[in-house]
Amino acid sequence: MTDKPSRLPRLRSRRHSHEPSLSAFSSFSLRDLFGESLAGMLQRPARSALTGLGTVLGVGTFVAVLGLTATTSSQIDSRFDLLSATEVTIEDVGRQQNEFAGHAFPDDADDRIEALNGVQHAGVYWQVRLTGTDTVRASPLGDATGERAQILAASPGTLQAALPTLAQGRLYDGFQQDTSAQVALLGSGTAARLGITTLDTRPAVFIDGEPFAVIGIIDDVQRKADLLLSVVVPSSTAERLWGVPEEGGAKMLVATSTGAAAQVAHEAPTALRPDHPEYLKATPPPDPKSLRTSVTSDLGQLFLLLAAICLVIGAVGIANTTLVAVLERTGEIGLRRALGARSRHITLQFLTESGTLGALGGLVGTSVGVITVVAVAVVRDWTPVVHPVTLAAAPAVGLATGLLAGLYPAWRAARIQPAEALRR
Amino acid sequence: MRLRAHTRRRGSPQAPGPGPQTPVMEFRGVGLTYPGPPPVTALRPCDLIVRRGEFVTVIGPSGSGKSTFLNVAGLLDAPTEGSYLLDGIDVAGAGEAARAALRGRHIGFVFQSFHLMPHRSALENVTLAMVYNRSGRADRTARARAALIRVGLGHRIDAVPTRLSGGERQRVAIARALVARPSLLLCDEPTGNLDTATAESVLALLDELHAEGMTVLVITHDPAVAAHGERTVAIRDGVLAEQPGRRARRALSREGVAE
Repeated sequence: MTDKPSRLPRLRSRRHSHEPSLSAFSSFSLRDLFGESLAGMLQRPARSALTGLGTVLGVGTFVAVLGLTATTSSQIDSRFDLLSATEVTIEDVGRQQNEFAGHAFPDDADDRIEALNGVQHAGVYWQVRLTGTDTVRASPLGDATGERAQILAASPGTLQAALPTLAQGRLYDGFQQDTSAQVALLGSGTAARLGITTLDTRPAVFIDGEPFAVIGIIDDVQRKADLLLSVVVPSSTAERLWGVPEEGGAKMLVATSTGAAAQVAHEAPTALRPDHPEYLKATPPPDPKSLRTSVTSDLGQLFLLLAAICLVIGAVGIANTTLVAVLERTGEIGLRRALGARSRHITLQFLTESGTLGALGGLVGTSVGVITVVAVAVVRDWTPVVHPVTLAAAPAVGLATGLLAGLYPAWRAARIQPAEALRR
Repeated sequence: MRLRAHTRRRGSPQAPGPGPQTPVMEFRGVGLTYPGPPPVTALRPCDLIVRRGEFVTVIGPSGSGKSTFLNVAGLLDAPTEGSYLLDGIDVAGAGEAARAALRGRHIGFVFQSFHLMPHRSALENVTLAMVYNRSGRADRTARARAALIRVGLGHRIDAVPTRLSGGERQRVAIARALVARPSLLLCDEPTGNLDTATAESVLALLDELHAEGMTVLVITHDPAVAAHGERTVAIRDGVLAEQPGRRARRALSREGVAE
């Protein structure tokens, strides 16, 4: 681009003395620019399509990654709302405050907590520690199968808060709790290992030599999954047979209404032990915002790096193909120069071609990315979430890639001397 | 005839041009030396005047400086000395942008290898000549169509060059050169890629255009082509020299002296 406006006055003085100075130079209207660029790309449609493919992949990955990350993290949020956000755990930390503090939960702990607003179910539980090797047997005699299963003492409220699904039988309730009945619930896995397949035969298990009637087999729980691996007995029975839990061993599971967890966690220690609220530590669910951020940053960065690599490959592809096209179209460039095109018009045309390819690739890539996100969401039964900014930025990223990739070829094209180009 | 009117419209208010007496091109001591090392003189300082409506041929063997002459005359290269008046405008010192503009408006190029865009129709190829030189968009297609009809290709307007014969391709190229209404039709070996019969028909077309008032400058190595000019200028080793008149030269070429 060797404009030398200083030479213009001489030109104008001879010929264009009363014309606007601009008309002395060649022009290349925007419509012509786009028309010629489009024609240039359509000369070899297959090659143009393949050139754009790199951008399609890059931008597609970009959108898909951002969309999937947004979708999964919003999915984690909804699971979080469903269960974790309505769960409060209360621990006995009395021993840390005062070494003489005993079992911190009062006997009517379940009733005290369930009386709070927003609490649906609540119950105290602890793990019973026994010394023998085979703690649970299906028969009182020594030859029967023995299992070293976990014995869990749980109040009826704990069971309800855990939202169990029963395979057979029923849960124990306030009656068995009040009478310290020797009844037990088995997780389905434990039941199978003990050889108990049906409750029709009124089976019993022997825990530390004590008989317990099996009244239910738990198929699944939504909270406190270790119930499935345990033999669950009423807490009053456990207390009668094996004494109160050791200090710090008991915990409380509280199921709350949505949104009430934080408030319940705040109130619970005082409700349980007005005299020593500090003996109890209530753990509210974690803040959903911080959870989401950690998920996003974990997944996103790696995949965005992959998308960036795809884009770079796409850009190199465009640069390479455009450069080949420039060399191939040397004659055309010479002709255009002979017909009055300035070198900047040539630059503009090739930049427009590569930029359009990039933008088109970006648009197609955006669509592909969105389709991917929606498809994955449909298969996984999720709600697809794509941030609007992602959708707006993606084609622009494609355009920028195309323009960047076109810089060098366009510069080469502009440097082609018409005289040499036309000699071919 | 529409095109004749176009070629003669110099002096219209839109494009106030030089009068009919102003030479279309005038070399005053124009020379071109490529800077070294070592410096190569491709065109020695020379004088040449081509008047409006003339048909001048430049003949010379390959390596004689024909290409350099074409590049300087066609404003593809700037001379390193002398002054070059194109339609009365001194263009010797014009910058690249100004030369590009002058090329697009004053000169119509016809090349040996046609230089048509292979994937575009004849009409689009001709229209391209009006893209850069501020021709109005409205009547572009009509003008391109008229130019194609003028060169006898009214029936192949939408054909792509790959489906045209060599002679037809050169006619498209001539239409493209004409459509911007240049002062000078600058032809570089216009028949170099054509068989004898086709070459004759293309030369006949150039003769017709000349008869209609177009200024034609043909650069060639072929004496038979050069003989079409009213006047022939020989170039050899970068030196331009006026040759004897047409008849005398024909006599010479019959004796096998020319070339």
